[in-house]
Amino acid sequence: MTQEARVAAIEARAARMRHDIIEMIAEAGSGHPGGSLSAADIVATLYFGIMKHDPQRPGWPERDRFVLSKGHAAPVLYAALAQAGYFGRSHLQTLRKLGSILQGHPDCLKCDGVEVSTGSLGQGLAIANGMALALRLSGSTSRVFCLLGDGELQEGEVWEAAMFAAHHGLDTVTAIVDHNGLQIDGACSEVMCLGEVAEKLHAFGWEVREVDGHDAEALLATLSSPPVVAGVPVAVVARTVKGRGVSFMEGDAGWHGKAPNAEQTKQALAELRESLVAADPGQLSDAPVTEGSDR
Amino acid sequence: MSDKRATREALGETLIELVNEGTAVVAVDADLSGSTTTARFGTAFPERFFNVGIAEQNMIGVAAGLAVEGMVPFTGSFAVFATGRAYDQVRNSVCYSGLDVKLAPTHAGITVGPDGGSHQMLEDIALMRVLPGMRVLVPADYVAAKAAIRLAATTPGPFYVRLGRAGVPVLYGDDHRFELDRVRVLREGIHITLAACGVMVEQALAAAEELALDGIHAEVLDVATIKPLDAQGIAASARKTRAVVTCEEHSVIGGLGSAVAEALGELAPVPLARIGVRDVFGTSGEPAELMAHFGLTGEDIARAARRLLERR
Repeated sequence: MTQEARVAAIEARAARMRHDIIEMIAEAGSGHPGGSLSAADIVATLYFGIMKHDPQRPGWPERDRFVLSKGHAAPVLYAALAQAGYFGRSHLQTLRKLGSILQGHPDCLKCDGVEVSTGSLGQGLAIANGMALALRLSGSTSRVFCLLGDGELQEGEVWEAAMFAAHHGLDTVTAIVDHNGLQIDGACSEVMCLGEVAEKLHAFGWEVREVDGHDAEALLATLSSPPVVAGVPVAVVARTVKGRGVSFMEGDAGWHGKAPNAEQTKQALAELRESLVAADPGQLSDAPVTEGSDR
Repeated sequence: MSDKRATREALGETLIELVNEGTAVVAVDADLSGSTTTARFGTAFPERFFNVGIAEQNMIGVAAGLAVEGMVPFTGSFAVFATGRAYDQVRNSVCYSGLDVKLAPTHAGITVGPDGGSHQMLEDIALMRVLPGMRVLVPADYVAAKAAIRLAATTPGPFYVRLGRAGVPVLYGDDHRFELDRVRVLREGIHITLAACGVMVEQALAAAEELALDGIHAEVLDVATIKPLDAQGIAASARKTRAVVTCEEHSVIGGLGSAVAEALGELAPVPLARIGVRDVFGTSGEPAELMAHFGLTGEDIARAARRLLERR
């Protein structure tokens, strides 16, 4: 596959994931569209361009690991896992409902492909570090990716973990910050200013790369290249737009954690279908989320 | 009475034995490895020991990650920090994911001594007991502590093993096996049951000696497993004696006394008295002074037992 084709495939996946995200949140009647949409290109690049993984063998020892520290963006993870084939797409309709494998926040005991349960912010990076330590101890070279929100960086444990990864030379860990600049109560800069995120991570001993978090080609290049200095973990600060892909959600903190109503859903899906057709003309754009085989 | 040893002394040593026996044990501590004795483990197996610095939340998180990948991590630090400071990490990173993380912090209870109330953890049993899937072990001596650590290492799921700073008499022989979900009858009796855990087992045995002088034959139970509680075992003793005193170096709210009251309320309601710290923080002093100050001595237990028998 040419590089161009790889990028196009990731873009098509991301477009489809955004469509799934809105459909499943609308069906659930609650959820977090803003931060799911902002992370769609990052997660699509990881699952369909970077990570070694096998949906038929979720526990395959040689797989790369993904920890969604910003667990409220569960729909973006579920969309990726469903597309990859970890579970049947019909499960997407059960998001947040009683008995579902798709809990409001990721639950590793219920859903294949979820490495560890997350949702209480600030905890994912420490867990990712522990996983990387264990992998190193067992001689594995698998990578561990951890996706954090920028508001999440206000949690102290993140910085405890940042110090730890650098101290222990965990260069198989890649922390990705979905830097959309917004949190529930408004702009991060107004709620609790983060300062210069890249500089802070650099000061904590990380190699920091800044990237457009909606540019699949740039994400692919940034996430695939090894650390410049062995033993130095890589942090990717991805500039993103909260609600990316749905015009009325973009840049609006109000869409952090609420579902669109029927009218808004219709408009959002129409916009996303357009993007989907543009990204992947070969794919039936209005296929229902129930398509595909269930396992 | 035999030599005294602190239950914390069992930690590093037992972890070394477990690795030598082939278990996937690793240890994570937060700048207290000398006090908790995990430093001994770190010296023996430097590649299996991780110091996170003064960062207890991270300690639990790193342990969770190690467990995700199949290791059996033990965490150190002091009980007050490991359970209080990192409660949400224990809840969400460990228990909610059902991970094999074993918390074995030391310096629980007032026998920490001079460090005072900020460091004397009296709420940890309560905090850990309410977490789904968490097992809570409170060993009474050094031998039981070793057995508890072994049981935690070899039984899947999260564990809390409560260890102490102060030396306590060795009550058990080396062949002691820690049985989950089973109280141990240390002394049989017919008039009253003294149900104790941790350092209070020694005090309960002393109380039984004292009561025997008055012809009161107390049954002494070592309730080393607070969860899962041997409710049937405690109820059986209560049905026989028809009076129970619980004894713990912990708040009377939420710990052993509460667990026993819950069990007996459902299975065998009998008059009950709870010996423990009565909804106050600790304070500086020597361990023995503090035991007397907070009413946790054998004499205090005997007095409570007599009062309960008068009431009945």
